[in-house]
Amino acid sequence: MAKITYIEFLNKKKHVIEVPNGMTIMDGAVQNAIPGVDAECGGACACATCHVYIDENFFNKISKIESAEQDMLDMAYEPNKLSRLSCQIVVNDDLDGMVVNLPLKQA
Amino acid sequence: MIKTDAVVVGAGPVGLFVVHQLGIIGLKAEIIDNLDKIGGQCIELYPDKPIYDIPAIPECTGEGLTKNLLEQIKPFKPNFHLNERVEAVSQNKNEWKVETSKKKIFITPNIIIAGGVGSFEPRKFFVKNVEKFENNGVFYSVKNKNDFKNKKVCIFGGGDSALDWAIELSKISDVILVHRRNEFRGAEHSAEIVKKLEKEGKLKIKTPFQINSIEGEKKVNAITIKNEDGKIEKIKTDCVLGFFGLIMKLGPIAEWGLNLEKKTIPVNTENFQTNKEGIFAIGDICTYPGKLKLILSGFHEGALAARACFKIAKPNVAYRFEYTTTSKSIQERLGVKKGD
Repeated sequence: MAKITYIEFLNKKKHVIEVPNGMTIMDGAVQNAIPGVDAECGGACACATCHVYIDENFFNKISKIESAEQDMLDMAYEPNKLSRLSCQIVVNDDLDGMVVNLPLKQA
Repeated sequence: MIKTDAVVVGAGPVGLFVVHQLGIIGLKAEIIDNLDKIGGQCIELYPDKPIYDIPAIPECTGEGLTKNLLEQIKPFKPNFHLNERVEAVSQNKNEWKVETSKKKIFITPNIIIAGGVGSFEPRKFFVKNVEKFENNGVFYSVKNKNDFKNKKVCIFGGGDSALDWAIELSKISDVILVHRRNEFRGAEHSAEIVKKLEKEGKLKIKTPFQINSIEGEKKVNAITIKNEDGKIEKIKTDCVLGFFGLIMKLGPIAEWGLNLEKKTIPVNTENFQTNKEGIFAIGDICTYPGKLKLILSGFHEGALAARACFKIAKPNVAYRFEYTTTSKSIQERLGVKKGD
């Protein structure tokens, strides 16, 4: 279990969610109806609509990005070096306290 | 005006297989798809990626699957209407009237929506004022390459379309290829050619850069690009081409009076009919408790929907369930029955 803080882009509203281990950052957002994560493909790394920016302090703690995810990120709205697809990040205890920033829009 | 037993919206694997299921029970189908080729997501998104969960096919590619399905429905001589989007659906006495973007009209008792996640549209640039330059300096496809002859062209993207057009247009125009990272995701071979052309001075590559702004009054005369550290560069250019892949939009389906749940269409699992009699939804676009977005589920959904179409198309004929292994009439339709 990890406490994840999702921050909306425009109003900077914070959503603190306890996400069980084994679920993804995307699951945590979708199941709690956090605005800003569309996740159209349902978590299969087949679209780029669960794009988030990971807090710098946690970027190196999460699983490394694979080339399929890099390829999909080409299609995201304004990706940067902290960009990830939230469906590809599986939660574990080490991610407790992680902050993810949501983009202005998904597509 | 085209009269048919069923209009199938979407030429992906599920749309193709339902043509087979309609065909073996003697129903004729017309297939409409917004893309310029047959195969849907299988062809557009992952033609070369192996698929491992098609029953009895341990491994095949999106392209291979499409080819085999086309072979399987060949006996039914289906008509494809590609590059055409269904714009409107309306009631026409006991039937449905289907109108396409090319102004074709179909009259049919049955519509089967096998539309995947909607229609594909090019993903666009996100910068300010970009709409006003669309098709006037800003493009998402190349219709005629001579439109770009002797011009300064900035191509954005890292996939096959971006690489292929950079190579092609570098022969007749002044090309700069811009991509947000140093690696290209297109074919390795194309990426090598692009790098070779850069060495020979035949095109320029700018990575890792993204578009920052488009400048110009009536037409594009410059753009600025930005890298990850916020460094901005200005480039004089006549045209900007964006190849960021395709985005899926539900499109006009949303206006056909069907119940919708998010971007999917609820159906019953008895025959995959929507809230409108004679309109069915199968494959990724339909939803019901337990729905799995798998190609194999779409095949099953199509088999059941096709039988329901039969009852609507031929209300006075009793439907008889038959196997392809033993039914003479099915084998005749398939063209495999030996003459006796």
